[in-house]
Amino acid sequence: MYPDQLDPEIIKQDFPIFKRRIYGKPLIYLDNAATTQKPRQVIEAIREFYQNYNANVHRGVYRLSVEATEAFENARAKVARFINAKDSEIVFTKNATEALNLVAYSWGLCNLKKGDRILLTEMEHHSNIVPWQLVAKHTGAVVDYIPINEDGLLVDEEVDRLLNLEPKIVSITQASNVLGTINDVKEIVEKAHKVGAIAVVDAAQSVPHMRVDVKELGCDFLAFSGHKALGPLGVGVLYGKRDLLKDMNPFLGGGDMISRVWLSGAEWNELPWKFEAGTSSVADVIGLGAAVDYLNSIGMSRVRAHEVRLTEYALKRLSEISDIRIYGPRDLDKRSGVISFNLSGIHPHDLATILDEEGIAIRAGHHCAMPLMTKLGVAATARASFYIYNSESDIDALVEGLYKARRIFKL
Amino acid sequence: MSSEFYRDMILDYYRHPRNYGSIEDAQIKVQESNPLCGDDIELYIKLDADKKVEDIKFKGKGCAISIASASLMTELLKGKKLDELLSFSKKDLLDALGIETLGLNPVRIKCALLPYKALKIGIYNHLGEKISEEEEHLLDYEADAEGVS
Repeated sequence: MYPDQLDPEIIKQDFPIFKRRIYGKPLIYLDNAATTQKPRQVIEAIREFYQNYNANVHRGVYRLSVEATEAFENARAKVARFINAKDSEIVFTKNATEALNLVAYSWGLCNLKKGDRILLTEMEHHSNIVPWQLVAKHTGAVVDYIPINEDGLLVDEEVDRLLNLEPKIVSITQASNVLGTINDVKEIVEKAHKVGAIAVVDAAQSVPHMRVDVKELGCDFLAFSGHKALGPLGVGVLYGKRDLLKDMNPFLGGGDMISRVWLSGAEWNELPWKFEAGTSSVADVIGLGAAVDYLNSIGMSRVRAHEVRLTEYALKRLSEISDIRIYGPRDLDKRSGVISFNLSGIHPHDLATILDEEGIAIRAGHHCAMPLMTKLGVAATARASFYIYNSESDIDALVEGLYKARRIFKL
Repeated sequence: MSSEFYRDMILDYYRHPRNYGSIEDAQIKVQESNPLCGDDIELYIKLDADKKVEDIKFKGKGCAISIASASLMTELLKGKKLDELLSFSKKDLLDALGIETLGLNPVRIKCALLPYKALKIGIYNHLGEKISEEEEHLLDYEADAEGVS
């Protein structure tokens, strides 16, 4: 082990869930692209809120409310620093999906008209397809998709060709939740800006796993969810450039998002609260702050280095299995710790059931990316996705489990 | 353990599905899918003059559990009368598959019941009856219930 290498066995001790046994076996959790497990620091922060200073935020003048508000806004500051944004550019939503919907509706409805183009890619999650389809239906805009090649990479010439059609908005995933492909978002953002498009990044699968700097990427909006980054379920984040957020209409109306309301109308609150209607999931936002602290204490470059090592090992071990098809790029620089695969003759659901008996949690299905499944020519894939608490022995167990599945299916 | 489910009989029904295909002049044609996994099944039933199942076929893609289940179900229903199809229960199918004792989890029991759901919807459509809300709820949400999981 290198001196700077993180030790998953030590990290595991921070995660109470790994004390659990599944059918009497230790839990091997390989579904981190769906959600990650939570360290006790996060669980503790949430417990602490409810136990000691539970109150609504931005409302009361009493002590508890002041403390709750401070902790809530402090979490916003942590999230902002984590991706190199300003506090006022961080909007809390309930998840990454809501963050993308916010952009699609608040920006899209006001700025798109009939015949305008929206540019996405074939590897998007439904959350970065369906909101745009809905807004396209409303406005008469058209949606184009950048195709992928055999290796699961965007086709460069097609990127240029489709950008030449001068889309008004480009929305693209930084890391695919199926293929693991890491897209060169910085370059696409630059190109999008050159043709006058707004650039949106779906960072749900990147922010938890690598250093993401919104200034460096230059994107106009970026969305991710807290629960895929050790945080609690129920909090998503939207980063948006101040000028753009300022000009946009609110997404949801209600309390907290206004400065004044008359019977004849209302005036919007300052950023970012203009986009946070109603009571937020305060404890969970504070929990996300604790998750950011935890990731910072490890360092995102070490997180990424660990996952690259695991991915390299997993690709090597999985490739030893006959009749396996592994999707996505082989170049580790262009790949996150997500590996989708199929064993011929065994449906991914049957694989997942057999692995479950070994205490191994993987995902099987279409991964909310049905257009991508169609492109790959399959109904479903099995998917293993890694995080900081996973080790090479988890991958060995996965491979062992796959051999077991082949034995059961007499292959 | 649920891997015991994948025994020879099931694997055989999966690899060599019985009554696989479609029936051009079937009175009952229905397509059902499981949005969770993308599994998809088409069921065809041809009734004779006495309202008996003269022929029944299915096609589609899916896991071993759903294909074996569809395969077995078509065998069980061939030659049955329409009212026997109506009274054919989830338990009948799950028992035939031998699922009861295996502790298969609710998600996977849904796979086993996909063809059953297609059957029920197909029959109701054929009879021109609207599925009652109660029955629909049972098909969608309690496919896993009935004490089988």
